[in-house]
Amino acid sequence: MKKFLLVVLILLPLTGWSASTNNWPMEEFDGDLENLPSLQSGFQLYTNYCLGCHTLQFQRYERTADDLGIPHDIALENLVFTGQKIGSLITNAMPKQESKGWFGAAPPDLTLVTRVRSPEWVYNYLKTFYADADRPMGANNKVYPNVGMPNVLLDLQGIQRQVCSEGNCDQLVLDPGTGKMSAEEFDAAIYDLTNFLYYTGEPTRLQRQRTGIYVLLFLVFLGCFTYLLNREYWKDIDGH
Amino acid sequence: MEKSKTQTGPTKLESAMGWLDKRFPATETFEYHMSKYYAPKNFNFWYYFGFLAMFVLVNQLVTGVWLTMNYVPSGDGAFASVEYIMRDVEYGWLLRYLHSTGASFFFIVIYLHMYRALRYGSYRGPRELLWLIGMAIFIALMAEGFFGYLLPWGNMSYWGAQVIVSLFGAIPFIGPELMEWIRGDFLMSDTTLNRFFALHVVALPLVLCILIFVHLVALHHVGSNNPDGIEIKKNKDADGIPLDGIPFHPYYTVHDIHAMVVFLFIFCGVVFFAPEMGGYFLEAPNFDMADPLKTPDHIAPVWYYTPFYAMLRAATYPLFGMSAKFWGFVVMAGAIVIPAVLPWLDRSPVKSMRYKGVWSRMMLSLFVISFFILGYLGTQAPSKLGTIMAQICTTIYFSYFILMPWYTRVEKTKPEPERVTG
Repeated sequence: MKKFLLVVLILLPLTGWSASTNNWPMEEFDGDLENLPSLQSGFQLYTNYCLGCHTLQFQRYERTADDLGIPHDIALENLVFTGQKIGSLITNAMPKQESKGWFGAAPPDLTLVTRVRSPEWVYNYLKTFYADADRPMGANNKVYPNVGMPNVLLDLQGIQRQVCSEGNCDQLVLDPGTGKMSAEEFDAAIYDLTNFLYYTGEPTRLQRQRTGIYVLLFLVFLGCFTYLLNREYWKDIDGH
Repeated sequence: MEKSKTQTGPTKLESAMGWLDKRFPATETFEYHMSKYYAPKNFNFWYYFGFLAMFVLVNQLVTGVWLTMNYVPSGDGAFASVEYIMRDVEYGWLLRYLHSTGASFFFIVIYLHMYRALRYGSYRGPRELLWLIGMAIFIALMAEGFFGYLLPWGNMSYWGAQVIVSLFGAIPFIGPELMEWIRGDFLMSDTTLNRFFALHVVALPLVLCILIFVHLVALHHVGSNNPDGIEIKKNKDADGIPLDGIPFHPYYTVHDIHAMVVFLFIFCGVVFFAPEMGGYFLEAPNFDMADPLKTPDHIAPVWYYTPFYAMLRAATYPLFGMSAKFWGFVVMAGAIVIPAVLPWLDRSPVKSMRYKGVWSRMMLSLFVISFFILGYLGTQAPSKLGTIMAQICTTIYFSYFILMPWYTRVEKTKPEPERVTG
């Protein structure tokens, strides 16, 4: 039995990303890639609040601007702070090695985060930061407990605290008036930001689905002819 | 077509074919394999999958060539190059999804193709060698899939390959050195990725194409089996043409073209609307780059290997001084190769399930059910109940083969018809 356990432990290590296994009740997230204002606002939030630490190293400014309906000159003026060209990948100057020392882990690239963790996860993660004096950065998270990331959206959301009753700490309460945004505005902003990351996960998603409809319609059309062709030939054979 | 012309001399096309045929057996080959290859007229649904497997192979070869044009086989570049294909290459996303979905569909059609052989006894004489070549194709395909799965250099690619390679470590004496030899390094690395790339894009496709060619040569030499499991060559007309045979071309070509369109409809439905297939075709951890220091929560192979993976994990007892891991490896390898001896295990006087008795039907049903359950268990994290179920299903899987010489002899069979029954 012990050897079996050893084999299992070798084959299926359960270490590492234990973060995603917690029982915080997740709110649903329904992405909308046709909502360009939402995606544009998400892109803006991303460049202002996230890009300093988190790259989108597989995605280019140009494609993003084009897909989101942002003219290149406006994008370069308002969204590219690094002096990069419009065709550049969305990167930053955060040194990997040092940042590991600062936060405990280097801030990961987020191009594909919604495909690794799901958009729901990102949406709920960004909404559940709360003040925790025991953590080095003064903040903790309900979806990713003891995460190394500080609460960078604090000035927008305001101070959120966890409320415990009978040892059950499953409630987060906002100190009113501490953030620049109301709770509704903040929810909408997080929706936009998550929606934008949903887009970067697979920028061709809409094109894929639109093309798919034409492909399937063509196949139905073609199928009628191949069916008739087959029927015509098989008329010769007994029993058909 | 135009009789008058043939009387006055050959048409341009005819003379061109004549020129060609003198130098290359074009017409002869076409006739031998297509227009004068007589296939039984009673093929049913199960007989589409051989053609469909060829079709998926072509899809894999063509999309693979184009993916290779932009893929970078190196630890630093592989993951980024796949995302480059997904974003910056025109229709790169389509090539990639056609290839990744094609891999899964290759196994779907191959499993159905193999089930057809079990159902109608296609492995029986005179088709033993045809079956053995098919088994070699299956094993080569498994290797091809395994090598290809590492190439995106995602975290599941990395750890999945790590787990499979570590299985070889269970072989006594040579295990650890063998692992190093396979990887070309002390751990999965750039070197491993490069050799897997070479094997995936050059060596195994070549092996597969040769084996498939030989498979077809053998098939057209012995002739196709059919749902009745009787030989159509026994009843021939005066010209030596089987009475129940029809020319493959045009009858089965038009049949297969229609099947291809239906297949494409399903295939494209997945490619365009669910390329991840709920995490079964493309797993979420594989969108994270390979990281030797970060193990995914739960490592499982892609769905098409999970029945065998579940059998590997079902071996939990050390025996004869060998570790359970070693026996797991033996069970898994045994499960993959044991179908090869089927032609010599089946002692039934009839070939097709239509005329076999209740034992054969029951064993085949149990075999299929246990294969599905094993496939499911292989995707799950191990549990006590899961392990017991896997052990029961592994026993059923092997019983189907090992007990076959007995149950195919004792059961009461129905008489085979003289001619095919449509």
